[in-house]
Amino acid sequence: MSAMIELDHLTKAFGALVAVDDISMTVARGEVLGFLGPNGAGKSTTMKIVSGFLEPTFGTATVCGHNVVAEPVAVKRRIGYLPEGAPTYGDMTPMSYLGFIAEIRGYDGVEKRRRVEAAVEKLGLERVLRQPIETLSKGYKRRVGFAQAILHDPEVLIMDEPTDGLDPNQKRLVRTLIHDMAADKAIVISTHILEEVDAVCNRVVMIAGGRLLADGTPDSLRARARDHNALLLRVAPDRVEAARQKIGTLDGIETVETVTRRDGALMLRVPPGPQANAATVVAALNAENIAVEEVVNEVGLLDDVFYDITAHAAHRENPYA
Amino acid sequence: MRNVWIIIKREIGSYFATPLAYVFIVIFLALSGALAFFIGRFMSREQADLIPFFDYHPWLYLLLIPAIAMRLWAEERKTGTIENLMTLPVSTVEAVIGKFLAAWAFAGLALALTFPIWISVNILGDPDNGVILASYIGSLFMAGAFLAIGSCISALTKNQVIAFIISATVCFLFTMAGLELVLNFFRLWAPDLLVDTIASLSFLTHFNAVTKGVIELRDIIYFISMIAVWLLANVVAVDVRKAA
Repeated sequence: MSAMIELDHLTKAFGALVAVDDISMTVARGEVLGFLGPNGAGKSTTMKIVSGFLEPTFGTATVCGHNVVAEPVAVKRRIGYLPEGAPTYGDMTPMSYLGFIAEIRGYDGVEKRRRVEAAVEKLGLERVLRQPIETLSKGYKRRVGFAQAILHDPEVLIMDEPTDGLDPNQKRLVRTLIHDMAADKAIVISTHILEEVDAVCNRVVMIAGGRLLADGTPDSLRARARDHNALLLRVAPDRVEAARQKIGTLDGIETVETVTRRDGALMLRVPPGPQANAATVVAALNAENIAVEEVVNEVGLLDDVFYDITAHAAHRENPYA
Repeated sequence: MRNVWIIIKREIGSYFATPLAYVFIVIFLALSGALAFFIGRFMSREQADLIPFFDYHPWLYLLLIPAIAMRLWAEERKTGTIENLMTLPVSTVEAVIGKFLAAWAFAGLALALTFPIWISVNILGDPDNGVILASYIGSLFMAGAFLAIGSCISALTKNQVIAFIISATVCFLFTMAGLELVLNFFRLWAPDLLVDTIASLSFLTHFNAVTKGVIELRDIIYFISMIAVWLLANVVAVDVRKAA
Protein backbone atom coordinates (compact mmCIF):
# COMPACT_ATOMS: atom_id res chain seq x y z
CA MET A 1 0.00 0.00 0.00
CA SER A 2 1.59 3.22 -1.09
CA ALA A 3 -0.30 6.30 0.02
CA MET A 4 -0.95 8.61 -2.91
CA ILE A 5 -3.00 11.10 -0.93
CA GLU A 6 -2.33 11.76 2.72
CA LEU A 7 -4.45 14.09 4.82
CA ASP A 8 -3.11 14.86 8.26
CA HIS A 9 -5.41 16.71 10.67
CA LEU A 10 -6.67 18.72 7.74
CA THR A 11 -8.77 21.67 8.85
CA LYS A 12 -10.27 24.53 6.90
CA ALA A 13 -12.19 27.42 8.42
CA PHE A 14 -13.96 30.19 6.55
CA GLY A 15 -14.19 32.81 9.28
CA ALA A 16 -16.22 31.20 12.07
CA LEU A 17 -17.44 28.35 9.88
CA VAL A 18 -15.33 25.22 10.12
CA ALA A 19 -15.88 23.50 6.78
CA VAL A 20 -13.34 20.72 7.27
CA ASP A 21 -12.67 19.64 10.82
CA ASP A 22 -9.54 17.64 11.57
CA ILE A 23 -9.70 15.01 8.84
CA SER A 24 -6.89 12.45 8.63
CA MET A 25 -6.83 9.65 6.09
CA THR A 26 -4.82 8.14 3.28
CA VAL A 27 -5.78 6.94 -0.16
CA ALA A 28 -3.66 4.29 -1.91
CA ARG A 29 -3.12 3.38 -5.52
CA GLY A 30 -5.91 1.15 -6.79
CA GLU A 31 -8.49 2.61 -4.47
CA VAL A 32 -11.65 4.27 -5.75
CA LEU A 33 -12.84 6.25 -2.80
CA GLY A 34 -16.42 7.46 -2.65
CA PHE A 35 -16.68 10.60 -0.61
CA LEU A 36 -20.17 10.70 0.83
CA GLY A 37 -21.89 13.36 2.83
CA PRO A 38 -24.86 15.68 2.80
CA ASN A 39 -24.62 19.05 1.06
CA GLY A 40 -22.29 21.35 2.94
CA ALA A 41 -20.50 18.46 4.64
CA GLY A 42 -17.08 19.65 3.50
CA LYS A 43 -16.56 17.27 0.57
CA SER A 44 -15.88 19.96 -2.01
CA THR A 45 -13.69 21.97 0.34
CA THR A 46 -11.54 18.93 1.08
CA MET A 47 -11.17 18.21 -2.63
CA LYS A 48 -10.30 21.83 -3.37
CA ILE A 49 -7.53 21.69 -0.79
CA VAL A 50 -6.09 18.47 -2.20
CA SER A 51 -6.17 19.90 -5.73
CA GLY A 52 -4.39 23.04 -4.55
CA PHE A 53 -7.20 25.53 -5.14
CA LEU A 54 -7.57 26.33 -1.44
CA GLU A 55 -5.01 26.29 1.33
CA PRO A 56 -5.75 24.52 4.61
CA THR A 57 -6.09 26.57 7.78
CA PHE A 58 -4.40 23.83 9.76
CA GLY A 59 -2.94 20.41 9.03
CA THR A 60 -1.38 19.17 5.83
CA ALA A 61 -2.37 17.49 2.60
CA THR A 62 0.26 15.52 0.68
CA VAL A 63 -0.09 14.16 -2.84
CA CYS A 64 2.51 11.65 -4.07
CA GLY A 65 4.84 12.91 -1.38
CA HIS A 66 4.46 16.59 -2.26
CA ASN A 67 2.91 19.03 0.17
CA VAL A 68 0.09 20.95 -1.52
CA VAL A 69 1.09 24.28 0.04
CA ALA A 70 4.86 24.03 -0.30
CA GLU A 71 4.98 22.48 -3.80
CA PRO A 72 1.68 23.34 -5.45
CA VAL A 73 2.90 23.00 -9.03
CA ALA A 74 4.42 19.54 -8.41
CA VAL A 75 1.10 18.44 -6.92
CA LYS A 76 -0.96 19.92 -9.75
CA ARG A 77 1.16 18.06 -12.30
CA ARG A 78 0.18 14.73 -10.75
CA ILE A 79 -3.49 15.43 -10.21
CA GLY A 80 -6.41 15.41 -12.57
CA TYR A 81 -9.18 17.50 -11.06
CA LEU A 82 -12.75 17.86 -12.21
CA PRO A 83 -14.35 20.71 -10.27
CA GLU A 84 -18.03 20.63 -9.38
CA GLY A 85 -20.11 21.41 -12.46
CA ALA A 86 -17.06 20.91 -14.70
CA PRO A 87 -16.45 24.59 -15.54
CA THR A 88 -14.73 25.09 -18.92
CA TYR A 89 -14.11 28.11 -21.14
CA GLY A 90 -17.41 28.39 -23.00
CA ASP A 91 -16.10 30.42 -25.92
CA MET A 92 -13.49 27.79 -26.80
CA THR A 93 -14.11 24.63 -28.78
CA PRO A 94 -13.29 21.25 -27.20
CA MET A 95 -10.40 21.04 -29.67
CA SER A 96 -8.80 24.35 -28.70
CA TYR A 97 -9.60 23.86 -25.01
CA LEU A 98 -8.02 20.41 -24.82
CA GLY A 99 -5.08 21.71 -26.86
CA PHE A 100 -4.59 24.45 -24.27
CA ILE A 101 -4.75 21.94 -21.43
CA ALA A 102 -2.26 19.66 -23.21
CA GLU A 103 0.20 22.53 -23.69
CA ILE A 104 -0.10 23.68 -20.09
CA ARG A 105 0.50 20.08 -19.07
CA GLY A 106 3.76 20.26 -21.01
CA TYR A 107 2.98 18.36 -24.22
CA ASP A 108 4.04 19.60 -27.65
CA GLY A 109 3.76 18.56 -31.26
CA VAL A 110 3.06 14.88 -31.85
CA GLU A 111 2.69 14.07 -28.16
CA LYS A 112 0.15 16.88 -27.72
CA ARG A 113 -1.90 15.59 -30.64
CA ARG A 114 -1.71 12.04 -29.38
CA ARG A 115 -2.87 13.03 -25.87
CA VAL A 116 -5.76 15.11 -27.16
CA GLU A 117 -6.85 12.40 -29.58
CA ALA A 118 -6.73 9.74 -26.87
CA ALA A 119 -8.87 11.84 -24.51
CA VAL A 120 -11.31 12.74 -27.31
CA GLU A 121 -11.70 9.09 -28.22
CA LYS A 122 -12.20 7.94 -24.63
CA LEU A 123 -14.98 10.45 -24.08
CA GLY A 124 -16.52 10.21 -27.54
CA LEU A 125 -16.13 13.90 -28.34
CA GLU A 126 -15.35 13.52 -32.05
CA ARG A 127 -18.67 14.92 -33.21
CA VAL A 128 -18.47 18.21 -31.28
CA LEU A 129 -14.77 19.05 -31.55
CA ARG A 130 -15.27 22.31 -33.44
CA GLN A 131 -18.35 23.64 -31.70
CA PRO A 132 -18.04 26.28 -28.97
CA ILE A 133 -18.34 24.49 -25.62
CA GLU A 134 -21.12 26.83 -24.46
CA THR A 135 -23.38 25.51 -27.24
CA LEU A 136 -22.95 21.87 -26.16
CA SER A 137 -25.40 19.85 -24.09
CA LYS A 138 -24.76 19.37 -20.41
CA GLY A 139 -23.55 15.83 -20.97
CA TYR A 140 -21.00 16.89 -23.55
CA LYS A 141 -19.81 19.79 -21.39
CA ARG A 142 -19.23 17.36 -18.54
CA ARG A 143 -17.36 15.02 -20.86
CA VAL A 144 -15.10 17.86 -22.00
CA GLY A 145 -14.33 18.57 -18.34
CA PHE A 146 -13.66 14.90 -17.80
CA ALA A 147 -11.36 14.74 -20.82
CA GLN A 148 -9.42 17.69 -19.38
CA ALA A 149 -8.96 15.86 -16.06
CA ILE A 150 -7.61 12.61 -17.55
CA LEU A 151 -5.65 14.05 -20.48
CA HIS A 152 -2.29 13.64 -18.76
CA ASP A 153 -3.12 10.19 -17.34
CA PRO A 154 -2.70 11.46 -13.76
CA GLU A 155 -1.75 9.26 -10.84
CA VAL A 156 -4.39 10.91 -8.70
CA LEU A 157 -7.83 11.72 -10.01
CA ILE A 158 -10.22 13.88 -8.03
CA MET A 159 -13.74 14.43 -9.24
CA ASP A 160 -16.39 16.50 -7.55
CA GLU A 161 -19.78 15.02 -8.36
CA PRO A 162 -18.77 13.72 -11.78
CA THR A 163 -22.17 12.28 -12.67
CA ASP A 164 -24.38 14.96 -11.15
CA GLY A 165 -27.04 15.99 -13.65
CA LEU A 166 -26.17 13.39 -16.27
CA ASP A 167 -28.68 11.00 -17.81
CA PRO A 168 -28.44 7.29 -16.96
CA ASN A 169 -26.46 6.43 -20.12
CA GLN A 170 -23.95 9.19 -19.50
CA LYS A 171 -23.63 8.11 -15.88
CA ARG A 172 -22.87 4.62 -17.07
CA LEU A 173 -20.18 5.93 -19.42
CA VAL A 174 -18.51 7.91 -16.65
CA ARG A 175 -18.65 4.93 -14.30
CA THR A 176 -17.16 2.65 -16.90
CA LEU A 177 -14.33 5.11 -17.45
CA ILE A 178 -13.63 5.37 -13.75
CA HIS A 179 -13.71 1.61 -13.47
CA ASP A 180 -11.26 1.16 -16.35
CA MET A 181 -8.77 3.63 -14.91
CA ALA A 182 -9.00 2.42 -11.33
CA ALA A 183 -6.18 -0.14 -11.26
CA ASP A 184 -3.16 2.16 -11.39
CA LYS A 185 -4.57 5.37 -9.91
CA ALA A 186 -5.90 6.72 -6.67
CA ILE A 187 -9.36 8.04 -7.46
CA VAL A 188 -11.58 10.13 -5.22
CA ILE A 189 -15.13 10.94 -6.27
CA SER A 190 -17.65 12.83 -4.24
CA THR A 191 -21.29 12.06 -4.62
CA HIS A 192 -24.54 11.90 -2.81
CA ILE A 193 -25.90 9.27 -5.13
CA LEU A 194 -25.55 6.11 -3.08
CA GLU A 195 -26.01 3.67 -5.95
CA GLU A 196 -22.89 5.17 -7.46
CA VAL A 197 -20.84 3.96 -4.54
CA ASP A 198 -21.84 0.38 -5.28
CA ALA A 199 -21.21 0.88 -8.96
CA VAL A 200 -17.63 2.13 -8.80
CA CYS A 201 -16.15 2.50 -5.32
CA ASN A 202 -14.15 0.00 -3.34
CA ARG A 203 -13.95 2.28 -0.33
CA VAL A 204 -16.40 4.69 1.24
CA VAL A 205 -15.73 7.64 3.51
CA MET A 206 -18.66 9.46 5.05
CA ILE A 207 -18.30 12.96 6.33
CA ALA A 208 -20.74 15.43 7.79
CA GLY A 209 -20.20 18.76 9.48
CA GLY A 210 -16.61 18.63 8.27
CA ARG A 211 -15.84 15.48 10.27
CA LEU A 212 -14.89 12.04 9.10
CA LEU A 213 -17.56 9.72 10.51
CA ALA A 214 -17.12 6.39 8.76
CA ASP A 215 -14.52 4.70 6.59
CA GLY A 216 -14.72 1.24 5.08
CA THR A 217 -15.74 -0.89 2.12
CA PRO A 218 -19.30 -0.50 0.87
CA ASP A 219 -20.12 -3.93 2.35
CA SER A 220 -18.66 -3.19 5.74
CA LEU A 221 -20.65 0.03 5.92
CA ARG A 222 -23.79 -1.71 4.78
CA ALA A 223 -23.33 -4.18 7.65
CA ARG A 224 -23.82 -1.27 9.99
CA ALA A 225 -27.39 -0.75 8.85
CA ARG A 226 -30.01 -1.20 11.56
CA ASP A 227 -31.78 -4.00 9.75
CA HIS A 228 -28.79 -5.67 8.19
CA ASN A 229 -29.23 -9.44 8.58
CA ALA A 230 -32.82 -9.15 9.73
CA LEU A 231 -34.83 -12.28 8.84
CA LEU A 232 -38.00 -12.37 6.83
CA LEU A 233 -40.02 -15.58 7.10
CA ARG A 234 -43.11 -16.74 5.32
CA VAL A 235 -45.36 -19.39 6.88
CA ALA A 236 -48.86 -20.57 6.04
CA PRO A 237 -51.27 -17.65 6.61
CA ASP A 238 -53.23 -19.46 9.35
CA ARG A 239 -50.06 -20.17 11.34
CA VAL A 240 -48.74 -16.64 11.42
CA GLU A 241 -49.92 -15.85 14.94
CA ALA A 242 -48.60 -19.13 16.35
CA ALA A 243 -45.24 -18.63 14.67
CA ARG A 244 -45.01 -15.11 16.01
CA GLN A 245 -45.54 -16.25 19.57
CA LYS A 246 -43.03 -19.06 19.23
CA ILE A 247 -40.30 -16.84 17.86
CA GLY A 248 -41.01 -14.34 20.62
CA THR A 249 -40.05 -16.94 23.22
CA LEU A 250 -36.56 -17.37 21.78
CA ASP A 251 -33.71 -15.85 23.75
CA GLY A 252 -32.52 -12.44 22.65
CA ILE A 253 -35.36 -11.76 20.26
CA GLU A 254 -37.51 -8.94 21.49
CA THR A 255 -40.06 -8.01 18.89
CA VAL A 256 -41.38 -9.83 15.90
CA GLU A 257 -43.30 -7.72 13.42
CA THR A 258 -45.60 -8.80 10.67
CA VAL A 259 -45.03 -6.96 7.44
CA THR A 260 -46.83 -7.17 4.13
CA ARG A 261 -44.52 -7.62 1.21
CA ARG A 262 -45.05 -5.86 -2.09
CA ASP A 263 -46.57 -9.01 -3.62
CA GLY A 264 -49.15 -9.18 -0.82
CA ALA A 265 -47.54 -12.03 1.16
CA LEU A 266 -47.63 -11.68 4.94
CA MET A 267 -44.10 -11.96 6.35
CA LEU A 268 -42.68 -12.22 9.84
CA ARG A 269 -39.76 -9.96 10.42
CA VAL A 270 -37.13 -10.81 13.05
CA PRO A 271 -34.75 -7.94 13.85
CA PRO A 272 -31.02 -8.69 13.68
CA GLY A 273 -29.43 -10.16 16.80
CA PRO A 274 -27.25 -13.07 17.92
CA GLN A 275 -30.18 -15.52 17.96
CA ALA A 276 -31.72 -14.23 14.78
CA ASN A 277 -30.11 -16.69 12.45
CA ALA A 278 -32.13 -18.66 10.00
CA ALA A 279 -31.15 -22.12 11.32
CA THR A 280 -32.19 -21.44 14.92
CA VAL A 281 -35.49 -19.82 14.04
CA VAL A 282 -36.48 -22.41 11.45
CA ALA A 283 -35.59 -25.26 13.82
CA ALA A 284 -37.73 -23.73 16.58
CA LEU A 285 -40.71 -23.34 14.25
CA ASN A 286 -40.37 -26.87 12.85
CA ALA A 287 -40.49 -28.19 16.42
CA GLU A 288 -43.96 -26.61 16.67
CA ASN A 289 -44.93 -28.13 13.33
CA ILE A 290 -45.02 -24.80 11.62
CA ALA A 291 -43.67 -25.18 8.10
CA VAL A 292 -41.46 -22.32 6.95
CA GLU A 293 -42.10 -21.67 3.30
CA GLU A 294 -39.48 -19.02 2.67
CA VAL A 295 -36.59 -17.35 4.49
CA VAL A 296 -34.91 -14.16 3.34
CA ASN A 297 -31.85 -12.57 4.89
CA GLU A 298 -32.25 -8.81 4.61
CA VAL A 299 -29.29 -6.78 3.35
CA GLY A 300 -28.69 -3.39 4.91
CA LEU A 301 -29.20 -0.27 2.84
CA LEU A 302 -26.46 2.29 2.46
CA ASP A 303 -29.21 4.90 2.60
CA ASP A 304 -30.01 3.88 6.15
CA VAL A 305 -26.36 3.92 7.18
CA PHE A 306 -25.93 7.30 5.53
CA TYR A 307 -28.95 8.67 7.38
CA ASP A 308 -27.93 7.23 10.75
CA ILE A 309 -24.40 8.54 10.49
CA THR A 310 -24.92 11.93 8.96
CA ALA A 311 -28.21 12.96 10.52
CA HIS A 312 -26.62 12.68 13.94
CA ALA A 313 -23.73 14.89 12.95
CA ALA A 314 -25.83 17.97 13.46
CA HIS A 315 -25.48 17.58 17.21
CA ARG A 316 -22.02 16.10 16.97
CA GLU A 317 -22.78 12.57 17.99
CA ASN A 318 -21.39 9.58 16.30
CA PRO A 319 -23.29 6.37 16.97
CA TYR A 320 -20.55 4.29 15.41
CA ALA A 321 -17.52 5.91 16.99
CA MET B 1 7.88 31.67 -19.60
CA ARG B 2 6.40 28.84 -21.64
CA ASN B 3 3.26 28.85 -19.51
CA VAL B 4 2.93 32.63 -19.86
CA TRP B 5 3.01 32.27 -23.63
CA ILE B 6 0.39 29.49 -23.58
CA ILE B 7 -1.92 31.64 -21.46
CA ILE B 8 -1.41 34.65 -23.76
CA LYS B 9 -2.37 32.50 -26.75
CA ARG B 10 -5.50 31.23 -25.04
CA GLU B 11 -6.58 34.68 -23.92
CA ILE B 12 -6.06 36.30 -27.29
CA GLY B 13 -7.92 33.44 -28.94
CA SER B 14 -10.84 34.03 -26.64
CA TYR B 15 -10.93 37.78 -27.46
CA PHE B 16 -11.44 36.96 -31.10
CA ALA B 17 -13.79 34.02 -30.50
CA THR B 18 -16.48 36.50 -29.47
CA PRO B 19 -17.54 39.86 -30.97
CA LEU B 20 -15.77 41.57 -28.05
CA ALA B 21 -12.53 42.16 -29.94
CA TYR B 22 -14.19 43.55 -33.05
CA VAL B 23 -16.60 45.78 -31.14
CA PHE B 24 -13.77 47.13 -29.05
CA ILE B 25 -11.49 47.87 -31.97
CA VAL B 26 -14.23 49.58 -34.00
CA ILE B 27 -15.32 51.73 -31.09
CA PHE B 28 -11.75 52.61 -30.17
CA LEU B 29 -10.97 53.69 -33.73
CA ALA B 30 -14.23 55.60 -34.15
CA LEU B 31 -13.91 57.43 -30.84
CA SER B 32 -10.21 58.25 -31.17
CA GLY B 33 -10.85 59.65 -34.66
CA ALA B 34 -13.95 61.57 -33.68
CA LEU B 35 -12.27 63.16 -30.68
CA ALA B 36 -9.23 64.20 -32.75
CA PHE B 37 -11.25 65.61 -35.65
CA PHE B 38 -14.26 67.22 -34.02
CA ILE B 39 -13.17 68.16 -30.52
CA GLY B 40 -9.43 68.42 -31.09
CA ARG B 41 -9.99 70.35 -34.36
CA PHE B 42 -7.32 68.24 -36.07
CA MET B 43 -7.96 69.85 -39.48
CA SER B 44 -8.90 73.43 -38.72
CA ARG B 45 -5.93 74.17 -36.49
CA GLU B 46 -3.68 73.52 -39.51
CA GLN B 47 -0.77 72.07 -37.61
CA ALA B 48 1.08 69.03 -38.90
CA ASP B 49 1.12 67.08 -35.64
CA LEU B 50 -0.98 64.52 -33.77
CA ILE B 51 -1.42 66.46 -30.52
CA PRO B 52 -5.23 66.64 -30.89
CA PHE B 53 -5.20 62.88 -31.35
CA PHE B 54 -3.00 61.91 -28.39
CA ASP B 55 -4.47 64.53 -26.04
CA TYR B 56 -7.66 62.52 -25.75
CA HIS B 57 -6.05 59.14 -25.16
CA PRO B 58 -6.15 59.31 -21.34
CA TRP B 59 -9.89 60.04 -21.47
CA LEU B 60 -10.51 57.37 -24.07
CA TYR B 61 -8.59 54.81 -22.02
CA LEU B 62 -10.55 55.80 -18.95
CA LEU B 63 -13.65 54.45 -20.63
CA LEU B 64 -12.33 51.62 -22.76
CA ILE B 65 -9.44 50.01 -20.87
CA PRO B 66 -11.50 49.06 -17.80
CA ALA B 67 -13.89 47.46 -20.29
CA ILE B 68 -11.13 45.09 -21.45
CA ALA B 69 -9.73 44.55 -17.98
CA MET B 70 -13.00 43.90 -16.14
CA ARG B 71 -13.41 40.39 -17.52
CA LEU B 72 -9.84 39.20 -16.92
CA TRP B 73 -10.45 37.64 -13.49
CA ALA B 74 -14.05 38.47 -12.61
CA GLU B 75 -15.34 36.32 -15.44
CA GLU B 76 -13.21 33.35 -14.41
CA ARG B 77 -14.50 33.67 -10.89
CA LYS B 78 -18.10 33.98 -12.04
CA THR B 79 -18.04 30.96 -14.35
CA GLY B 80 -15.88 28.89 -12.00
CA THR B 81 -13.15 28.38 -14.59
CA ILE B 82 -10.71 29.93 -12.12
CA GLU B 83 -10.90 26.62 -10.27
CA ASN B 84 -9.81 24.90 -13.45
CA LEU B 85 -7.06 27.41 -14.24
CA MET B 86 -5.59 27.52 -10.75
CA THR B 87 -5.47 23.72 -10.44
CA LEU B 88 -3.41 23.42 -13.62
CA PRO B 89 0.37 23.37 -13.13
CA VAL B 90 0.65 27.14 -13.53
CA SER B 91 1.83 29.58 -10.89
CA THR B 92 -0.29 32.59 -9.99
CA VAL B 93 2.45 34.91 -11.25
CA GLU B 94 2.42 33.21 -14.66
CA ALA B 95 -1.35 33.43 -14.88
CA VAL B 96 -1.41 37.12 -13.89
CA ILE B 97 1.37 38.08 -16.32
CA GLY B 98 -0.10 36.01 -19.15
CA LYS B 99 -3.53 37.54 -18.83
CA PHE B 100 -2.10 41.04 -18.53
CA LEU B 101 0.22 40.70 -21.53
CA ALA B 102 -2.62 39.31 -23.66
CA ALA B 103 -4.84 42.28 -22.82
CA TRP B 104 -1.95 44.68 -23.37
CA ALA B 105 -1.13 43.18 -26.74
CA PHE B 106 -4.77 43.52 -27.68
CA ALA B 107 -4.85 47.19 -26.63
CA GLY B 108 -1.61 47.65 -28.57
CA LEU B 109 -3.27 46.18 -31.66
CA ALA B 110 -6.16 48.65 -31.37
CA LEU B 111 -3.67 51.48 -30.97
CA ALA B 112 -1.62 50.31 -33.96
CA LEU B 113 -4.74 50.27 -36.11
CA THR B 114 -4.99 54.07 -35.74
CA PHE B 115 -2.11 54.28 -38.25
CA PRO B 116 -4.27 55.94 -40.99
CA ILE B 117 -4.23 59.18 -39.00
CA TRP B 118 -0.42 59.04 -39.01
CA ILE B 119 -0.44 58.50 -42.77
CA SER B 120 -2.90 61.39 -43.20
CA VAL B 121 -0.79 63.84 -41.27
CA ASN B 122 2.26 62.83 -43.31
CA ILE B 123 0.37 63.42 -46.56
CA LEU B 124 -1.04 66.74 -45.43
CA GLY B 125 2.15 68.15 -43.96
CA ASP B 126 5.59 67.45 -42.63
CA PRO B 127 5.22 66.35 -38.99
CA ASP B 128 7.98 65.42 -36.59
CA ASN B 129 7.69 61.62 -36.78
CA GLY B 130 10.01 61.21 -33.79
CA VAL B 131 7.47 62.97 -31.59
CA ILE B 132 4.70 60.82 -33.02
CA LEU B 133 6.62 57.61 -32.34
CA ALA B 134 7.36 58.74 -28.79
CA SER B 135 3.68 59.54 -28.31
CA TYR B 136 2.63 56.11 -29.51
CA ILE B 137 5.08 54.48 -27.11
CA GLY B 138 3.89 56.68 -24.26
CA SER B 139 0.27 55.91 -25.08
CA LEU B 140 0.98 52.17 -25.10
CA PHE B 141 2.65 52.34 -21.69
CA MET B 142 -0.21 54.40 -20.30
CA ALA B 143 -2.66 51.78 -21.58
CA GLY B 144 -0.55 49.16 -19.78
CA ALA B 145 -0.81 51.05 -16.49
CA PHE B 146 -4.60 51.41 -16.87
CA LEU B 147 -4.83 47.70 -17.64
CA ALA B 148 -2.76 46.65 -14.64
CA ILE B 149 -5.09 48.64 -12.38
CA GLY B 150 -8.13 47.12 -14.06
CA SER B 151 -6.74 43.58 -13.89
CA CYS B 152 -6.00 43.87 -10.17
CA ILE B 153 -9.47 45.20 -9.39
CA SER B 154 -11.06 42.52 -11.55
CA ALA B 155 -9.43 39.92 -9.30
CA LEU B 156 -11.23 41.33 -6.27
CA THR B 157 -14.77 40.66 -7.45
CA LYS B 158 -16.77 38.27 -9.54
CA ASN B 159 -19.02 41.02 -10.79
CA GLN B 160 -17.73 42.57 -14.00
CA VAL B 161 -19.84 45.72 -13.65
CA ILE B 162 -18.38 46.42 -10.23
CA ALA B 163 -14.90 45.73 -11.61
CA PHE B 164 -15.53 48.21 -14.43
CA ILE B 165 -16.84 51.02 -12.24
CA ILE B 166 -14.16 50.74 -9.57
CA SER B 167 -11.36 50.46 -12.16
CA ALA B 168 -12.65 53.48 -14.05
CA THR B 169 -12.84 55.45 -10.82
CA VAL B 170 -9.31 54.54 -9.73
CA CYS B 171 -7.95 55.31 -13.20
CA PHE B 172 -9.85 58.60 -13.14
CA LEU B 173 -8.21 59.58 -9.86
CA PHE B 174 -4.76 58.72 -11.21
CA THR B 175 -5.43 60.75 -14.34
CA MET B 176 -7.02 63.76 -12.65
CA ALA B 177 -4.20 64.05 -10.14
CA GLY B 178 -2.15 65.85 -12.79
CA LEU B 179 -4.67 68.51 -13.79
CA GLU B 180 -3.84 72.08 -12.76
CA LEU B 181 -7.37 72.37 -11.45
CA VAL B 182 -6.74 69.61 -8.93
CA LEU B 183 -3.19 70.63 -8.12
CA ASN B 184 -4.25 74.24 -7.45
CA PHE B 185 -6.70 72.99 -4.88
CA PHE B 186 -3.84 71.26 -3.04
CA ARG B 187 -1.45 74.20 -3.49
CA LEU B 188 -3.73 76.35 -1.34
CA TRP B 189 -2.84 74.44 1.79
CA ALA B 190 -0.54 71.51 1.16
CA PRO B 191 3.26 71.65 1.25
CA ASP B 192 5.01 71.65 -2.12
CA LEU B 193 6.35 68.17 -1.51
CA LEU B 194 2.83 66.73 -1.32
CA VAL B 195 1.70 68.65 -4.41
CA ASP B 196 4.70 67.37 -6.33
CA THR B 197 4.07 63.82 -5.16
CA ILE B 198 0.45 63.97 -6.30
CA ALA B 199 1.47 65.44 -9.63
CA SER B 200 4.18 62.84 -10.07
CA LEU B 201 1.70 60.01 -9.57
CA SER B 202 -0.50 61.27 -12.35
CA PHE B 203 -0.81 59.60 -15.72
CA LEU B 204 -1.29 63.01 -17.33
CA THR B 205 1.95 64.51 -16.05
CA HIS B 206 4.00 61.64 -17.44
CA PHE B 207 2.00 61.17 -20.61
CA ASN B 208 2.16 64.86 -21.48
CA ALA B 209 5.91 64.80 -20.94
CA VAL B 210 6.23 61.94 -23.41
CA THR B 211 3.93 63.46 -26.06
CA LYS B 212 6.17 66.51 -26.17
CA GLY B 213 8.61 64.19 -27.86
CA VAL B 214 11.02 63.59 -25.04
CA ILE B 215 11.05 60.03 -23.80
CA GLU B 216 12.68 60.42 -20.46
CA LEU B 217 13.73 57.41 -18.49
CA ARG B 218 11.77 58.52 -15.43
CA ASP B 219 8.50 58.60 -17.35
CA ILE B 220 9.00 55.09 -18.65
CA ILE B 221 10.13 53.93 -15.22
CA TYR B 222 6.98 55.50 -13.79
CA PHE B 223 4.69 53.54 -16.10
CA ILE B 224 6.65 50.30 -15.67
CA SER B 225 6.56 50.59 -11.89
CA MET B 226 2.83 51.36 -11.96
CA ILE B 227 2.32 48.17 -13.97
CA ALA B 228 4.60 46.16 -11.67
CA VAL B 229 2.98 47.37 -8.46
CA TRP B 230 -0.57 46.76 -9.63
CA LEU B 231 0.28 43.33 -11.02
CA LEU B 232 1.93 42.41 -7.74
CA ALA B 233 -1.26 43.47 -5.97
CA ASN B 234 -3.11 41.36 -8.54
CA VAL B 235 -1.09 38.26 -7.60
CA VAL B 236 -1.80 38.91 -3.92
CA ALA B 237 -5.51 39.40 -4.67
CA VAL B 238 -5.68 36.04 -6.43
CA ASP B 239 -3.61 34.20 -3.80
CA VAL B 240 -5.38 35.66 -0.81
CA ARG B 241 -8.57 33.88 -1.87
CA LYS B 242 -6.83 30.54 -1.46
CA ALA B 243 -6.17 31.09 2.19
CA ALA B 244 -9.41 32.93 2.94
